[in-house]
Amino acid sequence: MRAFAVAQPEDLSEAIGLLAGEPAARLLAGGTDLIIGLRDGSIEAPLVIDVKRIRELDASIANAGGGLVIGARTAMTEIAADPRIRARYTALAEGAAVVGSVQIRNRATLAGNVCNASPAADTTPALLVFGATVAVRGPAGERSLPIDEVFVRSGVTTIRPDEIVTRIELPPIAGRVGSTHVRRTRRRGHDLASVTIAAAVLESGETRIAYGSVGPRPLLRVDSTGALADPGASDAARLRVLDDMFADAAPSAGSMRASPEYRLAMLRVLGLRAVDAARGRREGSKA
Amino acid sequence: MTSSLSLTVNDRPRTVSIEPHHTLLEVLRADLGLTGTKECCLVGECGACTVLVDGRSVDSCLVLAVEANGSEVVTVEGLALAGALNSLQQAFLDHGAAQCGFCIPGQLMAARALLETSPRPSRAEVEDGLAGNLCRCAGYEQIIEAVLDAAERDAAPTAARSPDRGAAAEADPAATPDANLAPQ
Repeated sequence: MRAFAVAQPEDLSEAIGLLAGEPAARLLAGGTDLIIGLRDGSIEAPLVIDVKRIRELDASIANAGGGLVIGARTAMTEIAADPRIRARYTALAEGAAVVGSVQIRNRATLAGNVCNASPAADTTPALLVFGATVAVRGPAGERSLPIDEVFVRSGVTTIRPDEIVTRIELPPIAGRVGSTHVRRTRRRGHDLASVTIAAAVLESGETRIAYGSVGPRPLLRVDSTGALADPGASDAARLRVLDDMFADAAPSAGSMRASPEYRLAMLRVLGLRAVDAARGRREGSKA
Repeated sequence: MTSSLSLTVNDRPRTVSIEPHHTLLEVLRADLGLTGTKECCLVGECGACTVLVDGRSVDSCLVLAVEANGSEVVTVEGLALAGALNSLQQAFLDHGAAQCGFCIPGQLMAARALLETSPRPSRAEVEDGLAGNLCRCAGYEQIIEAVLDAAERDAAPTAARSPDRGAAAEADPAATPDANLAPQ
Protein backbone atom coordinates (compact mmCIF):
# COMPACT_ATOMS: atom_id res chain seq x y z
CA MET A 1 0.00 0.00 0.00
CA ARG A 2 1.28 3.44 -0.90
CA ALA A 3 2.28 5.40 2.22
CA PHE A 4 -0.10 7.90 3.75
CA ALA A 5 -0.39 9.73 7.04
CA VAL A 6 -3.15 8.96 9.53
CA ALA A 7 -4.78 11.49 11.83
CA GLN A 8 -7.01 10.50 14.73
CA PRO A 9 -8.75 13.72 15.79
CA GLU A 10 -10.71 13.72 19.02
CA ASP A 11 -13.23 16.40 18.21
CA LEU A 12 -15.26 17.36 15.21
CA SER A 13 -13.84 20.84 14.69
CA GLU A 14 -10.32 19.41 14.59
CA ALA A 15 -11.45 16.85 12.01
CA ILE A 16 -13.15 19.52 9.88
CA GLY A 17 -9.98 21.63 10.07
CA LEU A 18 -7.83 18.70 8.93
CA LEU A 19 -10.20 18.02 6.05
CA ALA A 20 -10.20 21.68 5.02
CA GLY A 21 -6.39 21.72 5.11
CA GLU A 22 -5.98 18.66 2.89
CA PRO A 23 -8.68 18.44 0.21
CA ALA A 24 -7.45 15.02 -0.92
CA ALA A 25 -7.77 13.55 2.58
CA ARG A 26 -10.20 10.68 3.06
CA LEU A 27 -12.31 9.81 6.08
CA LEU A 28 -11.95 6.38 7.65
CA ALA A 29 -14.86 4.88 9.57
CA GLY A 30 -15.21 1.14 8.95
CA GLY A 31 -12.59 1.11 6.17
CA THR A 32 -14.18 -1.78 4.32
CA ASP A 33 -14.27 0.18 1.06
CA LEU A 34 -11.56 2.77 1.73
CA ILE A 35 -8.71 0.41 2.59
CA ILE A 36 -9.41 -1.73 -0.48
CA GLY A 37 -9.25 1.40 -2.64
CA LEU A 38 -6.08 2.67 -0.98
CA ARG A 39 -4.43 -0.68 -1.53
CA ASP A 40 -5.40 -1.15 -5.17
CA GLY A 41 -4.56 2.47 -6.01
CA SER A 42 -8.07 3.46 -7.06
CA ILE A 43 -8.03 5.91 -4.14
CA GLU A 44 -5.01 8.12 -3.54
CA ALA A 45 -4.94 10.04 -0.29
CA PRO A 46 -1.94 11.68 1.40
CA LEU A 47 -3.93 11.77 4.64
CA VAL A 48 -6.47 9.40 6.14
CA ILE A 49 -8.60 10.82 8.96
CA ASP A 50 -9.89 8.16 11.33
CA VAL A 51 -13.23 9.45 12.66
CA LYS A 52 -13.65 6.80 15.36
CA ARG A 53 -12.08 8.85 18.16
CA ILE A 54 -14.18 11.97 17.54
CA ARG A 55 -16.17 12.47 20.72
CA GLU A 56 -19.19 14.07 19.02
CA LEU A 57 -19.65 11.08 16.72
CA ASP A 58 -21.09 8.09 18.45
CA ALA A 59 -22.02 4.54 17.70
CA SER A 60 -25.41 4.73 19.38
CA ILE A 61 -28.99 4.45 18.17
CA ALA A 62 -31.15 6.90 20.13
CA ASN A 63 -34.89 7.57 20.34
CA ALA A 64 -35.79 11.04 19.07
CA GLY A 65 -39.31 12.39 18.72
CA GLY A 66 -40.80 9.03 17.79
CA GLY A 67 -38.03 8.32 15.30
CA LEU A 68 -34.43 7.20 15.69
CA VAL A 69 -31.05 8.91 15.41
CA ILE A 70 -28.20 6.71 14.29
CA GLY A 71 -24.70 7.95 15.15
CA ALA A 72 -22.17 8.16 12.34
CA ARG A 73 -19.98 5.42 13.82
CA THR A 74 -22.78 2.87 14.13
CA ALA A 75 -21.84 -0.39 12.42
CA MET A 76 -24.11 -2.72 10.46
CA THR A 77 -23.99 -5.31 13.27
CA GLU A 78 -25.71 -2.85 15.62
CA ILE A 79 -28.24 -1.74 12.99
CA ALA A 80 -29.20 -5.35 12.21
CA ALA A 81 -29.60 -6.26 15.90
CA ASP A 82 -31.46 -3.19 17.17
CA PRO A 83 -34.97 -4.22 18.31
CA ARG A 84 -36.48 -0.82 17.42
CA ILE A 85 -35.09 -0.94 13.88
CA ARG A 86 -36.17 -4.56 13.48
CA ALA A 87 -39.71 -3.73 14.60
CA ARG A 88 -40.42 -0.41 12.86
CA TYR A 89 -37.76 -0.06 10.17
CA THR A 90 -37.48 -3.76 9.32
CA ALA A 91 -36.18 -3.23 5.79
CA LEU A 92 -33.17 -1.37 7.18
CA ALA A 93 -32.37 -4.13 9.68
CA GLU A 94 -32.68 -6.72 6.91
CA GLY A 95 -30.50 -4.70 4.54
CA ALA A 96 -27.81 -4.21 7.18
CA ALA A 97 -27.90 -7.93 8.02
CA VAL A 98 -26.79 -8.93 4.52
CA VAL A 99 -23.97 -6.44 4.00
CA GLY A 100 -20.80 -8.47 3.37
CA SER A 101 -19.99 -10.97 6.10
CA VAL A 102 -19.98 -10.85 9.90
CA GLN A 103 -16.43 -9.47 9.76
CA ILE A 104 -17.50 -6.72 7.36
CA ARG A 105 -20.66 -5.89 9.31
CA ASN A 106 -18.62 -5.53 12.49
CA ARG A 107 -16.70 -2.69 10.84
CA ALA A 108 -18.81 -1.19 8.05
CA THR A 109 -20.91 1.80 9.11
CA LEU A 110 -24.30 2.95 7.85
CA ALA A 111 -22.85 6.42 7.27
CA GLY A 112 -20.01 4.91 5.25
CA ASN A 113 -22.48 2.93 3.15
CA VAL A 114 -24.28 6.20 2.33
CA CYS A 115 -21.07 8.11 1.55
CA ASN A 116 -19.71 5.32 -0.65
CA ALA A 117 -22.93 5.59 -2.68
CA SER A 118 -22.66 2.21 -4.33
CA PRO A 119 -25.70 1.56 -6.53
CA ALA A 120 -25.72 -1.96 -5.05
CA ALA A 121 -25.62 -0.80 -1.41
CA ASP A 122 -27.92 -2.90 0.75
CA THR A 123 -29.00 -0.22 3.19
CA THR A 124 -29.69 2.74 0.92
CA PRO A 125 -33.03 1.52 -0.53
CA ALA A 126 -34.39 1.17 3.03
CA LEU A 127 -33.15 4.64 3.97
CA LEU A 128 -34.98 6.01 0.91
CA VAL A 129 -38.18 4.17 1.77
CA PHE A 130 -38.17 5.56 5.31
CA GLY A 131 -37.30 9.11 4.24
CA ALA A 132 -34.10 9.32 6.28
CA THR A 133 -32.11 12.52 6.57
CA VAL A 134 -28.33 12.76 6.71
CA ALA A 135 -26.84 15.39 9.02
CA VAL A 136 -23.46 16.70 7.92
CA ARG A 137 -21.06 19.23 9.39
CA GLY A 138 -18.50 21.30 7.52
CA PRO A 139 -16.67 24.63 7.79
CA ALA A 140 -19.96 26.42 7.04
CA GLY A 141 -21.81 24.63 9.84
CA GLU A 142 -24.36 21.86 9.92
CA ARG A 143 -27.01 20.98 7.37
CA SER A 144 -29.50 18.17 6.90
CA LEU A 145 -29.86 16.43 3.56
CA PRO A 146 -32.93 14.40 2.64
CA ILE A 147 -31.52 11.01 1.66
CA ASP A 148 -33.12 11.20 -1.79
CA GLU A 149 -30.99 14.28 -2.51
CA VAL A 150 -27.71 12.61 -1.47
CA PHE A 151 -27.02 10.08 -4.22
CA VAL A 152 -25.66 11.11 -7.61
CA ARG A 153 -23.90 8.04 -8.94
CA SER A 154 -21.48 5.37 -7.70
CA GLY A 155 -19.06 7.02 -5.29
CA VAL A 156 -20.52 10.50 -5.84
CA THR A 157 -22.88 12.28 -3.45
CA THR A 158 -24.01 15.83 -2.75
CA ILE A 159 -22.13 15.70 0.55
CA ARG A 160 -19.25 18.12 -0.02
CA PRO A 161 -15.66 16.93 0.27
CA ASP A 162 -15.14 19.17 3.32
CA GLU A 163 -18.19 17.82 5.18
CA ILE A 164 -18.47 14.96 7.66
CA VAL A 165 -21.62 12.92 8.27
CA THR A 166 -22.51 13.21 11.95
CA ARG A 167 -25.72 11.16 12.12
CA ILE A 168 -28.58 9.65 10.15
CA GLU A 169 -32.13 10.32 11.27
CA LEU A 170 -35.12 8.07 10.73
CA PRO A 171 -38.40 10.01 11.03
CA PRO A 172 -41.34 8.59 12.99
CA ILE A 173 -43.84 6.43 11.12
CA ALA A 174 -47.54 7.00 11.81
CA GLY A 175 -49.63 3.92 12.51
CA ARG A 176 -48.91 0.38 11.43
CA VAL A 177 -46.10 -0.32 8.97
CA GLY A 178 -44.62 -3.36 7.30
CA SER A 179 -41.40 -3.36 5.33
CA THR A 180 -38.82 -5.67 3.83
CA HIS A 181 -35.53 -5.72 1.97
CA VAL A 182 -35.10 -8.33 -0.74
CA ARG A 183 -32.22 -8.88 -3.12
CA ARG A 184 -30.88 -11.21 -5.77
CA THR A 185 -27.30 -12.43 -5.48
CA ARG A 186 -25.32 -14.99 -7.46
CA ARG A 187 -24.59 -17.05 -4.40
CA ARG A 188 -25.97 -17.34 -0.92
CA GLY A 189 -23.76 -15.72 1.68
CA HIS A 190 -21.24 -13.00 0.99
CA ASP A 191 -21.99 -11.37 -2.37
CA LEU A 192 -22.93 -8.07 -3.96
CA ALA A 193 -26.51 -7.84 -5.15
CA SER A 194 -27.69 -7.85 -8.76
CA VAL A 195 -31.05 -6.40 -7.70
CA THR A 196 -31.98 -4.77 -4.38
CA ILE A 197 -35.46 -3.65 -3.35
CA ALA A 198 -36.84 -2.19 -0.15
CA ALA A 199 -40.59 -1.85 0.20
CA ALA A 200 -42.75 -0.38 2.96
CA VAL A 201 -46.54 -0.49 3.17
CA LEU A 202 -47.97 2.21 5.44
CA GLU A 203 -51.21 2.43 7.42
CA SER A 204 -52.66 4.73 4.75
CA GLY A 205 -52.19 2.09 2.07
CA GLU A 206 -49.28 3.98 0.53
CA THR A 207 -46.50 1.73 -0.76
CA ARG A 208 -42.97 3.10 -0.91
CA ILE A 209 -40.44 1.19 -3.01
CA ALA A 210 -36.75 1.91 -3.53
CA TYR A 211 -34.60 -0.16 -5.82
CA GLY A 212 -30.90 -0.38 -6.53
CA SER A 213 -28.26 -2.22 -8.55
CA VAL A 214 -30.14 -1.34 -11.75
CA GLY A 215 -28.70 2.08 -12.52
CA PRO A 216 -26.21 4.65 -11.28
CA ARG A 217 -28.10 5.32 -8.04
CA PRO A 218 -30.94 3.80 -6.01
CA LEU A 219 -34.37 5.22 -6.89
CA LEU A 220 -37.43 5.87 -4.71
CA ARG A 221 -40.95 5.54 -6.12
CA VAL A 222 -44.23 5.92 -4.20
CA ASP A 223 -47.67 4.49 -4.95
CA SER A 224 -50.10 6.62 -2.97
CA THR A 225 -53.19 5.25 -4.74
CA GLY A 226 -53.27 2.16 -2.54
CA ALA A 227 -53.40 -0.08 -5.63
CA LEU A 228 -50.18 -1.95 -4.87
CA ALA A 229 -51.13 -2.70 -1.28
CA ASP A 230 -54.68 -3.75 -2.21
CA PRO A 231 -55.00 -7.43 -1.26
CA GLY A 232 -57.79 -7.81 -3.85
CA ALA A 233 -55.69 -6.55 -6.77
CA SER A 234 -54.49 -9.12 -9.29
CA ASP A 235 -50.78 -9.65 -9.92
CA ALA A 236 -51.29 -8.32 -13.43
CA ALA A 237 -52.80 -5.09 -12.11
CA ARG A 238 -50.05 -4.69 -9.55
CA LEU A 239 -47.36 -5.38 -12.14
CA ARG A 240 -48.73 -2.51 -14.22
CA VAL A 241 -48.16 -0.22 -11.24
CA LEU A 242 -44.74 -1.72 -10.58
CA ASP A 243 -43.69 -1.38 -14.22
CA ASP A 244 -44.37 2.36 -13.98
CA MET A 245 -42.34 2.55 -10.78
CA PHE A 246 -39.47 0.61 -12.37
CA ALA A 247 -39.53 2.61 -15.62
CA ASP A 248 -36.26 4.37 -14.78
CA ALA A 249 -34.29 1.21 -14.11
CA ALA A 250 -31.28 1.27 -16.43
CA PRO A 251 -28.92 -1.57 -15.60
CA SER A 252 -25.47 -1.50 -17.12
CA ALA A 253 -24.68 -4.01 -19.87
CA GLY A 254 -21.07 -4.06 -18.70
CA SER A 255 -21.60 -5.65 -15.30
CA MET A 256 -20.29 -9.14 -14.76
CA ARG A 257 -22.84 -9.90 -12.06
CA ALA A 258 -25.98 -10.11 -14.21
CA SER A 259 -27.29 -9.06 -17.62
CA PRO A 260 -29.67 -6.10 -17.89
CA GLU A 261 -32.44 -8.45 -19.07
CA TYR A 262 -32.07 -10.65 -16.01
CA ARG A 263 -32.00 -7.71 -13.63
CA LEU A 264 -35.14 -6.17 -15.12
CA ALA A 265 -36.96 -9.49 -15.01
CA MET A 266 -35.95 -10.07 -11.40
CA LEU A 267 -36.98 -6.54 -10.47
CA ARG A 268 -40.62 -7.41 -11.28
CA VAL A 269 -40.49 -10.77 -9.50
CA LEU A 270 -38.85 -9.37 -6.38
CA GLY A 271 -41.04 -6.26 -6.50
CA LEU A 272 -44.21 -8.33 -6.12
CA ARG A 273 -42.65 -10.46 -3.40
CA ALA A 274 -41.46 -7.40 -1.50
CA VAL A 275 -44.89 -5.76 -1.57
CA ASP A 276 -46.57 -8.98 -0.43
CA ALA A 277 -44.10 -9.43 2.41
CA ALA A 278 -44.34 -5.80 3.52
CA ARG A 279 -48.16 -5.88 3.45
CA GLY A 280 -48.20 -9.11 5.44
CA ARG A 281 -45.95 -7.59 8.05
CA ARG A 282 -48.10 -4.49 8.29
CA GLU A 283 -51.07 -6.70 9.19
CA GLY A 284 -49.08 -8.20 12.04
CA SER A 285 -47.61 -4.92 13.26
CA LYS A 286 -48.65 -2.61 16.06
CA ALA A 287 -49.18 1.10 15.58
CA MET B 1 6.72 8.48 9.64
CA THR B 2 6.58 5.76 12.23
CA SER B 3 4.38 5.83 15.28
CA SER B 4 4.14 3.74 18.41
CA LEU B 5 1.35 1.20 18.72
CA SER B 6 0.39 -0.33 22.06
CA LEU B 7 -2.12 -3.13 22.16
CA THR B 8 -2.76 -6.43 23.87
CA VAL B 9 -2.32 -9.50 21.70
CA ASN B 10 -3.41 -12.84 23.13
CA ASP B 11 -3.35 -11.39 26.65
CA ARG B 12 0.18 -10.08 26.24
CA PRO B 13 0.80 -6.30 26.15
CA ARG B 14 2.82 -5.36 23.08
CA THR B 15 4.31 -2.08 21.88
CA VAL B 16 5.64 -1.84 18.36
CA SER B 17 6.82 0.88 16.04
CA ILE B 18 4.63 0.94 12.95
CA GLU B 19 4.06 2.78 9.70
CA PRO B 20 0.62 4.43 9.64
CA HIS B 21 -0.34 2.78 6.35
CA HIS B 22 0.39 -0.71 7.63
CA THR B 23 -2.55 -2.96 8.34
CA LEU B 24 -3.16 -4.91 11.51
CA LEU B 25 -2.52 -8.04 9.44
CA GLU B 26 0.93 -6.81 8.42
CA VAL B 27 1.83 -5.86 11.99
CA LEU B 28 0.65 -9.20 13.41
CA ARG B 29 2.59 -11.20 10.85
CA ALA B 30 5.68 -9.11 10.16
CA ASP B 31 6.27 -7.17 13.37
CA LEU B 32 4.93 -9.59 15.96
CA GLY B 33 5.76 -12.83 14.14
CA LEU B 34 2.24 -14.19 14.56
CA THR B 35 2.01 -15.88 11.18
CA GLY B 36 -1.00 -18.02 12.06
CA THR B 37 -3.18 -15.22 10.70
CA LYS B 38 -3.09 -15.62 6.92
CA GLU B 39 -2.88 -13.08 4.13
CA CYS B 40 -4.95 -14.01 1.10
CA CYS B 41 -7.48 -11.92 -0.84
CA LEU B 42 -6.78 -8.53 0.80
CA VAL B 43 -10.29 -7.31 -0.08
CA GLY B 44 -12.31 -8.70 2.82
CA GLU B 45 -13.87 -11.58 0.92
CA CYS B 46 -11.98 -14.69 2.06
CA GLY B 47 -11.70 -14.25 5.83
CA ALA B 48 -8.27 -15.92 6.10
CA CYS B 49 -7.02 -12.91 8.08
CA THR B 50 -9.88 -12.96 10.63
CA VAL B 51 -8.89 -11.95 14.17
CA LEU B 52 -10.86 -10.65 17.13
CA VAL B 53 -10.48 -6.98 18.04
CA ASP B 54 -12.15 -6.13 21.35
CA GLY B 55 -14.18 -9.31 21.04
CA ARG B 56 -15.46 -8.73 17.49
CA SER B 57 -14.31 -10.60 14.42
CA VAL B 58 -12.76 -8.43 11.71
CA ASP B 59 -10.78 -8.93 8.53
CA SER B 60 -7.38 -7.73 9.72
CA CYS B 61 -6.37 -6.87 6.12
CA LEU B 62 -8.99 -4.09 6.25
CA VAL B 63 -7.94 -2.61 9.59
CA LEU B 64 -5.11 -0.12 9.86
CA ALA B 65 -2.82 -1.06 12.72
CA VAL B 66 -3.18 2.42 14.23
CA GLU B 67 -6.90 1.80 14.61
CA ALA B 68 -6.15 -1.05 17.00
CA ASN B 69 -4.18 1.15 19.40
CA GLY B 70 -5.31 0.29 22.92
CA SER B 71 -7.32 -2.71 21.74
CA GLU B 72 -7.40 -6.34 22.81
CA VAL B 73 -6.56 -8.57 19.87
CA VAL B 74 -6.94 -12.34 19.79
CA THR B 75 -5.35 -14.37 16.99
CA VAL B 76 -5.43 -18.09 16.31
CA GLU B 77 -2.30 -18.42 18.44
CA GLY B 78 -4.40 -17.29 21.40
CA LEU B 79 -6.97 -20.08 21.21
CA ALA B 80 -5.05 -22.93 22.82
CA LEU B 81 -4.83 -22.85 26.60
CA ALA B 82 -1.65 -24.01 28.31
CA GLY B 83 -0.67 -26.06 25.30
CA ALA B 84 -4.03 -27.85 25.01
CA LEU B 85 -6.22 -27.28 21.98
CA ASN B 86 -9.50 -25.57 22.76
CA SER B 87 -12.79 -27.26 21.96
CA LEU B 88 -13.08 -25.65 18.52
CA GLN B 89 -9.58 -26.64 17.50
CA GLN B 90 -10.13 -30.17 18.76
CA ALA B 91 -13.45 -30.46 16.96
CA PHE B 92 -11.85 -29.27 13.69
CA LEU B 93 -9.22 -31.97 14.14
CA ASP B 94 -11.74 -34.67 15.01
CA HIS B 95 -13.99 -33.86 12.05
CA GLY B 96 -11.20 -33.58 9.49
CA ALA B 97 -12.22 -29.97 8.92
CA ALA B 98 -8.71 -28.92 7.93
CA GLN B 99 -7.62 -30.09 4.50
CA CYS B 100 -4.87 -27.82 3.14
CA GLY B 101 -5.36 -25.81 6.33
CA PHE B 102 -4.76 -22.33 4.96
CA CYS B 103 -8.23 -20.98 5.73
CA ILE B 104 -8.47 -22.69 9.11
CA PRO B 105 -7.07 -19.93 11.34
CA GLY B 106 -9.71 -17.57 9.94
CA GLN B 107 -12.44 -20.20 10.16
CA LEU B 108 -11.53 -20.83 13.80
CA MET B 109 -11.59 -17.16 14.70
CA ALA B 110 -14.92 -16.60 12.94
CA ALA B 111 -16.30 -19.66 14.75
CA ARG B 112 -14.95 -18.41 18.06
CA ALA B 113 -16.72 -15.07 17.56
CA LEU B 114 -19.92 -16.88 16.60
CA LEU B 115 -19.91 -19.11 19.68
CA GLU B 116 -19.31 -16.13 21.94
CA THR B 117 -22.46 -14.39 20.73
CA SER B 118 -24.44 -17.57 20.06
CA PRO B 119 -23.19 -20.48 22.18
CA ARG B 120 -25.67 -22.99 20.73
CA PRO B 121 -26.03 -21.92 17.10
CA SER B 122 -28.32 -23.59 14.60
CA ARG B 123 -26.79 -24.94 11.42
CA ALA B 124 -28.12 -21.89 9.55
CA GLU B 125 -26.46 -19.59 12.08
CA VAL B 126 -23.15 -21.39 11.59
CA GLU B 127 -23.48 -21.04 7.82
CA ASP B 128 -24.19 -17.33 8.17
CA GLY B 129 -21.52 -16.82 10.83
CA LEU B 130 -18.87 -18.38 8.60
CA ALA B 131 -20.13 -16.89 5.31
CA GLY B 132 -17.15 -14.54 5.28
CA ASN B 133 -14.65 -17.40 5.30
CA LEU B 134 -13.88 -19.22 2.08
CA CYS B 135 -12.32 -22.68 1.85
CA ARG B 136 -10.83 -23.63 -1.50
CA CYS B 137 -10.74 -27.28 -0.49
CA ALA B 138 -14.51 -26.96 -0.03
CA GLY B 139 -14.41 -28.54 3.40
CA TYR B 140 -17.51 -26.65 4.42
CA GLU B 141 -19.52 -29.64 5.66
CA GLN B 142 -16.77 -30.78 8.01
CA ILE B 143 -16.18 -27.22 9.19
CA ILE B 144 -19.87 -26.70 9.97
CA GLU B 145 -20.06 -30.06 11.75
CA ALA B 146 -16.97 -29.19 13.77
CA VAL B 147 -18.43 -25.88 14.93
CA LEU B 148 -21.74 -27.51 15.92
CA ASP B 149 -19.84 -30.23 17.75
CA ALA B 150 -17.63 -27.73 19.57
CA ALA B 151 -20.74 -25.84 20.71
CA GLU B 152 -22.19 -29.10 22.00
CA ARG B 153 -18.96 -29.98 23.83
CA ASP B 154 -18.83 -26.54 25.42
CA ALA B 155 -22.44 -26.85 26.56
CA ALA B 156 -21.92 -30.32 28.05
CA PRO B 157 -21.39 -30.67 31.82
CA THR B 158 -17.72 -30.50 32.72
CA ALA B 159 -17.56 -34.19 33.65
CA ALA B 160 -18.62 -35.14 30.14
CA ARG B 161 -15.78 -33.15 28.62
CA SER B 162 -13.17 -35.78 29.32
CA PRO B 163 -9.61 -35.38 28.08
CA ASP B 164 -10.35 -38.36 25.82
CA ARG B 165 -11.54 -36.14 23.05
CA GLY B 166 -11.88 -38.97 20.58
CA ALA B 167 -14.96 -40.25 22.36
CA ALA B 168 -17.17 -37.39 21.22
CA ALA B 169 -16.08 -37.77 17.64
CA GLU B 170 -16.79 -41.49 17.67
CA ALA B 171 -20.31 -41.07 18.98
CA ASP B 172 -22.92 -41.72 16.33
CA PRO B 173 -24.38 -38.30 15.58
CA ALA B 174 -27.60 -39.92 14.35
CA ALA B 175 -28.11 -41.50 17.76
CA THR B 176 -27.91 -38.13 19.49
CA PRO B 177 -30.95 -35.91 18.99
CA ASP B 178 -29.56 -32.54 18.07
CA ALA B 179 -31.87 -29.63 18.73
CA ASN B 180 -29.66 -27.45 16.58
CA LEU B 181 -30.57 -29.34 13.46
CA ALA B 182 -34.29 -29.05 14.04
CA PRO B 183 -36.13 -26.39 12.04
CA GLN B 184 -36.15 -23.11 13.95
